[in-house]
Parts: sequence; C-alpha cells; structure tokens
Amino acid sequence: MKSLEELDKLRDRLQQEMKIRDKDYDVAITVSMGTCGIAAGAREIVKALLEELKQQGLNNVALTQTSCVGLCQHEPLLEVTRGSEKTTYVNVDQEMAKEIVRKHLVEGTIVKDWTAPKK
Amino acid sequence: MEMYRSHVLVCAGAGCISSDCKSVQSALREHIEKTGLENEVKVVETGCMGPCDLGPVIMIFPDGVFYRKLKPEDAVEIVNEHLIKGKVVTRLLHRPVGSEERVADFGQLEFFKRQTRIALRNTGIINPESVEEYIARDGYRALGKVLSQMTPQQVIDTVKESGLRGRGGAGFPTGMKWEFTARANGDTKYVVCNADEGDPGAFMDRSILEGDPHSVLEAMAICGYAIRASRGYIYVRAEYPLAVDRLETAINKAREYGLLGENIFGTGFNFDIETRVGAGAFVCGEETALLASIEGQRGEPRPKPPFPAQEGLWGKPTVINNVETWANIPPIILNGAGWFASIGTEKSKGTKVFALAGKVNNTGLVEVPMGTTLREIIFDIGGGIPGGKKFKAVQTGGPSGGCIPEEYLDTPVDYDSLTKLGTIMGSGGMIIVDEDTCMVDLAKFFLEFVQEESCGKCAPCRIGTKRMLEILQRITSGDGRQGDIELLEELSRGIKSSALCGLGQTAPNPVLSTLRYFRHEYEAHINDKKCPAGACQALLTYYINPETCRGCGLCSKECPAGAITGEKKKPHVIDPAKCIKCGSCKQKCKFGSIITV
Repeated sequence: MKSLEELDKLRDRLQQEMKIRDKDYDVAITVSMGTCGIAAGAREIVKALLEELKQQGLNNVALTQTSCVGLCQHEPLLEVTRGSEKTTYVNVDQEMAKEIVRKHLVEGTIVKDWTAPKK
Repeated sequence: MEMYRSHVLVCAGAGCISSDCKSVQSALREHIEKTGLENEVKVVETGCMGPCDLGPVIMIFPDGVFYRKLKPEDAVEIVNEHLIKGKVVTRLLHRPVGSEERVADFGQLEFFKRQTRIALRNTGIINPESVEEYIARDGYRALGKVLSQMTPQQVIDTVKESGLRGRGGAGFPTGMKWEFTARANGDTKYVVCNADEGDPGAFMDRSILEGDPHSVLEAMAICGYAIRASRGYIYVRAEYPLAVDRLETAINKAREYGLLGENIFGTGFNFDIETRVGAGAFVCGEETALLASIEGQRGEPRPKPPFPAQEGLWGKPTVINNVETWANIPPIILNGAGWFASIGTEKSKGTKVFALAGKVNNTGLVEVPMGTTLREIIFDIGGGIPGGKKFKAVQTGGPSGGCIPEEYLDTPVDYDSLTKLGTIMGSGGMIIVDEDTCMVDLAKFFLEFVQEESCGKCAPCRIGTKRMLEILQRITSGDGRQGDIELLEELSRGIKSSALCGLGQTAPNPVLSTLRYFRHEYEAHINDKKCPAGACQALLTYYINPETCRGCGLCSKECPAGAITGEKKKPHVIDPAKCIKCGSCKQKCKFGSIITV
C-alpha cells in the first residue's frame, strides 16, 4: 500500500460487493418466484439480472425474490421499486431483463411497453 | 471479490462453533452448490454476532433476515424457500421473550435495535479472515489518514479530546497514557495490546479478536506513529486458540498489503506486530505482570510507579491498552473526537461492550452507549430473567467488582456511577443472578477464583484472601461464628490497602459489596443457620410433604444414608439425624414432595 489514494481506490472497488450488507439500497428488483414463475424461467431471469448488474457496476440495487403474486399467466414477472414508485414488468425474458437494468435502473426511464400484459 | 445477489452470514464465534455452526455452514454450502446458486449466493463466515444462546445463527442479506438455533437439516429449506423463492422460513425465526410474533428483520429485534456498535462495528458482519472486507468498511483508512495528514501530537490530541477511557477495567484516559509515553525519554518505545481477558463471564475481547482482528492491528499502528514506536506485541491467552489463529492470519494479510512492515503508505513509517501467547494466568492481565511475561519472566506484578509509560517492556516506555480500547481508535480518528465525545455521559464517553451471562434470557454480547441503564441492558436487551424468576443482583467487573441489587437498576451505567455503587466497570462482564442464588455463595465463588489465581508474591493477597475464603466456607457450611462479618470487613480493609497489584487490591470487593447490600443473608447464615436463597446445601433441612407423597419408595432406594423410611403407598419420612443433605432424593422424586427449608 503506497498511499491513502491507493487504499481508497481499492476500498471503492471492494465496497461494490459489500454494500449488500448495509441494507442501504436505492432500488429493489423483486422477481416472482412461485412455482409458476420458476416454471416460466424466472431462475434464468435472476441470473441475467445479476449478470447485468455486475456489468453495469450497480451496487445500490437489492435483487430479491417473492412468491407468486397471482398473475401466473404473465410470468416471469418482476417489480422494480424506487422509493414509493413501483413498476411491474410482465412476461420478461433474459434479454428484456438486461434491458430493464440498462433503461430503468441506469438511465432512469421506465420501459412502458413491458409493464402491461400484451393484448 | 465478486458481486453476489445474496450474502449468507454464518456466525462462527466460539459460542456458535460450540453449538456446531460448522455443520450448518457446510450443509448450506452443499445445498447451494447442488441447486446451482454458487455464483449468486455467497456464504461468509463471520465473528460473533452477539446472541450467543441462540446459536447457530445466520443472517441473510440483502433482506437482513435472522435465523437462529439452526440444524444442518434446516439448510435445504433455507436454500429452497428463502434463497430461491424469496420466502422467509418462519419457523426458524426468533421469537423474543414475551412476544407473540416471530421477527424476520434483525434490525427489528430489540436485542440489535438498542445497540450502538463502535468497537463491534465489524464483528459479526465481516469475514475476519479477509482484509479485503475490512478495507471495504473503511479499514486502514484511519492509519492512512494519520500517516499522511496528521502529526503525532494531533493524533494524541484527538484521542485525548475524544474522552476515551481504558476499557480493560480501571478507566484511565487513553490519550493521557499515550501522551505520557510519547513524552518519556528514550528512542525505543513499545505498543502492547492486553488480550489476556480473564474475568469469569467476560468475552468481548475474544469476540473482537475473533471477529475483527484488523481493527486492533490498525489501532496499534496508529499508536505506534503517535508515540514513535515501531514494534507492537499482542499478549493473548492460549485458551483463545481461534483468536490467536485469526490474529496470525490478520497480521500476515496486513503485511502482504504493506499495511504492516516497512514504509507503510509510502511515508517511511515502519511498524510490525507479533503475538505472544500467555499460559492463562489471571494475574497476567495486570499490566506489569503481563509485561514481565512477554519478557519471558514469571508473570508477577511489580509495584507502580514507575508506570509502563515510563518503564514498560524491557524497561522502555510502553503504551498498553486493552483490546476493546484499541477497537475504538480507528472510528475516533475517522469520525473525529467530537463525534465520539457526543456519545455517552459527561465523564464516560462512547460506548461499552457488555457480556451478559448468568440468569438472563439473551446471554451474549451487546454494545450500548455509556449511560444506558442497567434495566435497559438486562431487561430490554437481555430479555429479563428466565423461568419467571425474580432478579436479585448483577455482578459487574468480575472478581474485582461487586454486585448491584434491584433498587439501583435504573442507574445509568458509567465508570463513576458504578464506583459510587461500590463496584467497577471492569472489562464489562455482567453476571446476572436470580432469587435462587445465595449472595454469600457468590462472594465465595469469586474469592475461590482469586485465591486460585493469586500469584503469591505479596502476603496480603496470598494469605489474606485464603483467610477470607476460609471464613466464607465456614459461614456457608453452617459453622459461621459471631464476629465473622466484622473479621471479613477488617481483612478486606487490610488487603485493599496493602496488596501489591490490582488483583489483590480489588479481591475483597465481592465480599464488601455483598455485605453492603445483602448483609442480612450473611446474618441469616451465621445466626439462624439458614440460607435464605436455599442454595447452601449444608444449611438445608430436607423433609417430605406427607400430603403429596405417594409412598412410591424411589427416594428411600436412592438415599445413600438410609435416612428415609416408610411403608409402601404411605407417606415416607426423612430422619434428620441420618440425612447427609446430598439432595439425591429430591432429584428422584416425581411428585415434588421433597421440600427444603
């Protein structure tokens, strides 16, 4: 360790991983993980989300699961919560999941087309 | 380090290890791998989380769910339900005493909610074997700050202004100790960590060493810079093998990162630390005995002055602080003296870690601001007394301290309030006793301990405590004489004023304080030959309640003295002349018919 700056750089990098233990996050992504969700491929959605969060270096996001929310025909389904604002995305596939991270979480724009069931 | 969506923190403090957290951990790991979650979920082994009686315990993040009393078989359900489906496994949650509901979020449990964690800031949250996790939580930033931005005097001033006092027992202002040592003559100076925690029932230092060893290393290096020392020693007892292990790992990791060794942070400052393992003599917690032991001498104290600040290790000026004191240093440097001084009471700043033990529901480790009342610590955080029993007293300060009875439960705890009550803060052990504990017996226990641990160098401690113990032994066995109380008091005064070191000077405290608050119990033992708590076997009379006795005969078969007689299916009788008061009949009786008075 040659300087305080070097330590700070290292700390910032390491904090990415540790922030999860602070329970101090701005956004939560909750993936529905009932039997219906899992059958529709929700496990893969979680993996895709985690991959993209890593890619984007986001450490203020909690990636959690919940049970069936009662919209079984629209699974895989996920909810993005930022403060009091809740957005539900339906019939999500892996590519969509990654796009939601990029658009909604990074850029801050809700992907409206995916929030309601397709007619 | 990698990013995971969930961290499973498994407590691996010595308490949880003894309730077999290791097999819970391997079951969790195994099932996480079986379900292919190993790249999403990380299992982390941490130091003590605090609620030791609930072990094995784990916490799952990001949700912060706390599971307790786990068995390896629970791992499958935790993985399948919680980690895959996000469903909390309710049956494994903790239900606080007196509450109807189980609580999922650890932050909602009174036990955690009421704590302020400074010394324990990382304990139970980080992997103690990972310097990276320590760095991620601002570890070694305080060292970096003092080396690159502060003068040694500024460091000393900060510690002085913070108001930090020694957490090992006596409460001497830490900053002053550093200043005396810095000003002492000589080029070679030493930094020593006293990790010879020996009070019965105290385990905060062990938990910090096991759970956050780097905080001690960092603080010692900071002190080294402040007093211009380049070498530190940690004196830790051999009974703490896990602490020794984790310290060694931490020292090696810190060296690897250049946080110990030469030219730290490129500033030309050199500092290194070695451990010294003590053989577990209580007296070695006394600083001069400890220093003698590091030097390879017999662990015996010597008179002070000269104090270690003038003549310490190998006759050189030495700062010696206790583990918990060290753990407070990095946050003080990072957050400022004002921040620390804003917590606590007027003369006792910051927080104190207490080890709750004895007759209390939540035995374990808690850290609260100075000035928190005993009632809050024992009842709100500690969950009160188990089995609906009545609180009788709390012993603070171990064998050097004293007891505090119920009427003082609302006393805000700090160094000075405890001294006023005739006890001391000590290292923070709190042994809670209920109505079934005899206070004379309690005093006898501590005297036995001191007598055993007395190094024998000075007569008052070696012989005086022996005489005191003999008096207590005869009082509790029913042979107490008139004048025994006065004799105990006289001996206490003599030993307190003439013993060589803190061990002897404080040894009579448990007797004096139980005499102060529970004199009537001594009197009952001596005058009436009765033990009011019903704890002293020799003073009990056993008899059989004829109304509930079924005449089964189990007791008479059990009695080794043949003292119980009676016809089958008719009430039995104990012959007091033959009864040896062993209590085996009482254990055997299925109807609770054998009563002691």
